Amino acid sequence: MQVDPRGPRFGAAVTTLVLAIVLVTGAVWLLALQAIVFAFGAYGHPPYGLVFKKFLKPRLGPPKELEDARPPRFAQGVGMAFAIVALIGFATGIVPLALGATAAALLAAFLNAAFGVCLGCDMYLLIRRLQPGRIS
Amino acid sequence: MTGFVVLAVTLAAGALAGFLLKRRAGAFRAKDGARMDLGEPLGERATLVQFSTAFCQPCRATRRVLAEVAEMVPGVRHVEIDAESRLDLVRAHDVMRTPTVFVLDKSGKIVKKASGQPRKADVIAALALAVDTPSQ
Repeated sequence: MQVDPRGPRFGAAVTTLVLAIVLVTGAVWLLALQAIVFAFGAYGHPPYGLVFKKFLKPRLGPPKELEDARPPRFAQGVGMAFAIVALIGFATGIVPLALGATAAALLAAFLNAAFGVCLGCDMYLLIRRLQPGRIS
Repeated sequence: MTGFVVLAVTLAAGALAGFLLKRRAGAFRAKDGARMDLGEPLGERATLVQFSTAFCQPCRATRRVLAEVAEMVPGVRHVEIDAESRLDLVRAHDVMRTPTVFVLDKSGKIVKKASGQPRKADVIAALALAVDTPSQ
C-alpha cells in the first residue's frame, strides 16, 4: 500500500507536541491516549493521518510522490512499545523509566517531523541483526 | 520541572542528531578493500550493492538513483539485497541502517560505502574511483 508521505510527517509533528505536553505536565491520560493512537497507527489506521487527509490534504494538493505504507506503520509499533513502557513507569512510580521512555518516543517523533528521519524504521534492521540469521 | 528539563535536553539532542544524520547520510567513505561474497554475478567493471529492508523509507529513491547510474555507465551492475535474507553479509560488513550502498570494483572488493540515501553525483564519483582502481 502507498501513502502520502506528508501524512506520517504531520502525525509525527502532532505526536511531538503531545509527548512534549506529557513530559511537562505529567498527564498520564494523554500518554495513554497517545499509546492508543500509536496502536491504531500500527494497525494501519493512523488517527492523525485521518486529520491530515480530511483537513490539510485538500488545501495542499496532491503529493509529489507516494511512499510505502509499511515503514511508518512499523515505526508506529515501535512508538507504541515505548509508550507502554512509559505507562508502566508512571503506573509503578518509577519516574526515570516513565520520563526516559517518553523522551525516547519524543526523540523519534521529533526527528521524523523535523528531519524526515525514521528512527523506528532503523530499529528494524538493528533488531533483526541481533537475531539468529537465516541464510538464503 | 524535571519533565521540562528532559524535554529541553531531548529536543536539543534531537536537533543535533538530526543535523549530523542529515549531513552524513549517503556520504561515501573509503573502505580498505575487503571482498564481499555476494553469490551473484558482478558487474564487468564495478557493482553497486544496495542493502534494503521492507521498513525502509529512502530505499526506493536509492534504488532509482542506482538503477539510473547502472544504466548510464556501461559495465556497472546494480544489485539490491534484502538485508534480512543476508544477515551474514549485514554482520560481516557492518550494515547498521538501510539503505547502505557499497561500491565494489570488478573483483568484488569494497571500494566505498555509504549509509543513507546517496546523491547521484556522489555515486558517480565513487564509481569512477572503483573503475580506476587496479585490482589483482
